[in-house]
Amino acid sequence: MIKVVLPELGEGITKATVSYWFFKAGERVKEKDDLVELTTDKATFNLPSPCSGILSEVICSEGDSVNIGQVLAVINEE
Amino acid sequence: MKLKVIDLDLADYLQAWNLQKDVLAKVINNDLDSALILCRHHPVITLGRNTSGSSLKFTEEEILAKGLKLYNIERGGDATYHGPGQLTVYPVINLRYFKKDIHWFLRKLESLAISCLSDFNLRCARIQGSTGVWVNQEKIASIGIAIRHWVTYHGLSINIKRDDLANFNLIRPCGMDIKVTSLEGALGKDVNTAEVQLSLLDRFNEFFASRRAL
Repeated sequence: MIKVVLPELGEGITKATVSYWFFKAGERVKEKDDLVELTTDKATFNLPSPCSGILSEVICSEGDSVNIGQVLAVINEE
Repeated sequence: MKLKVIDLDLADYLQAWNLQKDVLAKVINNDLDSALILCRHHPVITLGRNTSGSSLKFTEEEILAKGLKLYNIERGGDATYHGPGQLTVYPVINLRYFKKDIHWFLRKLESLAISCLSDFNLRCARIQGSTGVWVNQEKIASIGIAIRHWVTYHGLSINIKRDDLANFNLIRPCGMDIKVTSLEGALGKDVNTAEVQLSLLDRFNEFFASRRAL
């Protein structure tokens, strides 16, 4: 089970908004697939999947503001 | 940096957008080191991911009827206008070679525009909390980016021609009630966009000259 965490995005950036999930819970993802799009003030950032597996849980919904280090989703690794 | 410079001159937005995505895929796959796409656009309004309902002052149909195109795109930021009187630059570079820091790159693009405009004896500045480049309280350059696998696309546009600002009145630029200006307007004289492009290219090479090994 791999937790997908919002990574450090830069100095002074403490949070981002989840703007789009490329997959739904239960779907198969491949390592490096775009998993979720995050938005800061003037930038969007696509977070790739850290592994291949089944996206078992989407914890943060589109529109949610999330903190750096917060768990966004869980993947059951294959 | 082995920078591939792609000069589209006057380009349809869709052409430049698709090209960016092609180049982005090549840089992500290490088939290309980095690229800088330079162009001027036919009149178009683009809506970034942060666009609010009040950013367009007219309906989509009214804007299209005025001869502009309108696209929802994947960059950050709000609504903006692009036209033939601007210089628009799309750097497609891998931030892993520089700094994995979104704010660092945004500030770098601001510095790039400020330095380029200083080559024409125009003093510009940042306003804290309002990304972009300003002449007093008027915006002269706008920034909105997207990043995939730490590779950047979308970028920076600088208003050059004073007669290509009217379409900004169709929107609330960047979702704010602000005034915009141009290099020509601020200087009170004609400026050749090709000269600005040369300056920007020199400055870009200077700003992104030193990078680290992976």
